Amino acid sequence: MRITQGAFSFLPDLTDTQIKRQIQYCLDSGWAVNVEFTDDPHPRNTFWEMWDLPMFEVRDAAGVMIEINKCRKVRGDTHYIRLNAFDNGHGCESVRLSFIVGRPNSEPGYALTRQEGPGRTIVYTTRAYAADKPEGNRYRD
Amino acid sequence: MSLPPNFSCHRSERRRRAISETTRTADSHANCAVHAVNDLKAEFAATGLGAVLEDLDRDLVGLAPVKQRIREIATLLLVNKVRKRLGLEGDTPTLHMSFTGNAGTGKTTVALRMAEILNRLGYIRKGHIVSVTRDDLVGQYIGHTAPKTKEILKKAMGGVLFIDEAYYLHRAENERDYGQEAIEILLQVMESQRDDLVVILAGYDDKMDAFFRSNPGFRSRVAHHIDFPDYSDGELLEIAERMMARQNYVLAPDAREALADYIVLRRRQPLFANARSVRNALDRARLRHSTRVFEGSCGGVSAADLSTLRGPDILASRVFQERQQALGGS
Ligand SMILES: Nc1ncnc2c1ncn2[C@@H]1O[C@H](COP(=O)(O)OP(=O)(O)OP(=O)(O)O)[C@@H](O)[C@H]1O
Ligand SMILES: [Mg+2]
Repeated sequence: MRITQGAFSFLPDLTDTQIKRQIQYCLDSGWAVNVEFTDDPHPRNTFWEMWDLPMFEVRDAAGVMIEINKCRKVRGDTHYIRLNAFDNGHGCESVRLSFIVGRPNSEPGYALTRQEGPGRTIVYTTRAYAADKPEGNRYRD
Repeated sequence: MSLPPNFSCHRSERRRRAISETTRTADSHANCAVHAVNDLKAEFAATGLGAVLEDLDRDLVGLAPVKQRIREIATLLLVNKVRKRLGLEGDTPTLHMSFTGNAGTGKTTVALRMAEILNRLGYIRKGHIVSVTRDDLVGQYIGHTAPKTKEILKKAMGGVLFIDEAYYLHRAENERDYGQEAIEILLQVMESQRDDLVVILAGYDDKMDAFFRSNPGFRSRVAHHIDFPDYSDGELLEIAERMMARQNYVLAPDAREALADYIVLRRRQPLFANARSVRNALDRARLRHSTRVFEGSCGGVSAADLSTLRGPDILASRVFQERQQALGGS
């Protein structure tokens, strides 16, 4: 099951050229971009790990692509990778744009668990098949 | 809140482009009977490059061969750009350069201009310049160099990486020197990311020669070797006058004469650094000038007093005193 998250999630995966143009837009807007990765695909997982430091001094998207490609080399195929752009402008001070730039080779998806509650209510919850394995060992076959 | 480019209104954008296209073809049909649709002169004007090259001519004294080369490179890039539009595609020309010449001959100054020129022609996307020396690229211990060099390269993407005194990267006497690692990363990026950044190496003539000899990889990746000649005495005097004018000072006639003598004498001394020596001499003259004005003032000083350098301000220099001693001693 293809997981969607962040901006452009309704589109097919962006090509590198498209990613580069988005990044350039972020840099030109003065936002600090950084790369993050995780292998916990749950939508409520907000704790992605940071790849290197935010790139405050990079002016051109080609510089950011170097880091993305390095991260893909080390973490790709087994992790989700996303790019965040942080706007430190007064009144915003938060992430302005965030989108996925890399995903594992195969995504097994989620199991739906039903729990019977009092008064015949049913509580639904999802659990990623990948999360059955310990962190760092997921998405490997 | 502005939106990412994907969200821009596609339809109106396309229409605007279509309109400008039709007017452009209509114009060119009206103006030229022949099928010459690509007016190079108009193309040149559109880049705004004329103004940049004129500024270069005006701001920098002398350097005729350098200016000539820059014009040639600019023309090449312009022609290449038009060719590309016509589908006559060749490889992106290699734009890595090396600037050789003695201290203070304007290498750094020209590199800054070069970044602007390349940006105007669309060969680098941002037009900034990241200026580094060995210390910024080479680390202190094993495993330190590669991240350091890559960090700098990341910052320089889309612009110019200016490596001053590049020959320090290579230490012939120590074959395990970490500089070699930085050199290898640079060589690789200079080849594989030619579209993303331009590298300019700078340094003194003889040392750069030796550097290129021991690193043939660099020599073959650098397309333009530009030599910066020493300035003549007259040129240095003119540079001095421009520097002063820019800072709202004037040279009195006797100061001008003294400065001309100073340049002749200073050139014979060790560590002569062309325009930089002149700038330093002028900085010291300003120091003496302010002391003189301060101590000599009783009551008001005029704006003219505050901005005129006189002969004594320059003649008090160490260079003249040494000559005096030499003359007295003989
Ligand atoms: N042709 C020129 N006209 C006016 N000013 C000049 C000219 N050439 C150099 N200068 C001035 O001289 C000073 C030194 O120039 P610059 O730093 O470019 O020299 P450099 O060749 O890089 O020297 P180094 O090799 O020692 O780094 C600068 O302040 C610059 O503005
Ligand atoms: Mg310099």
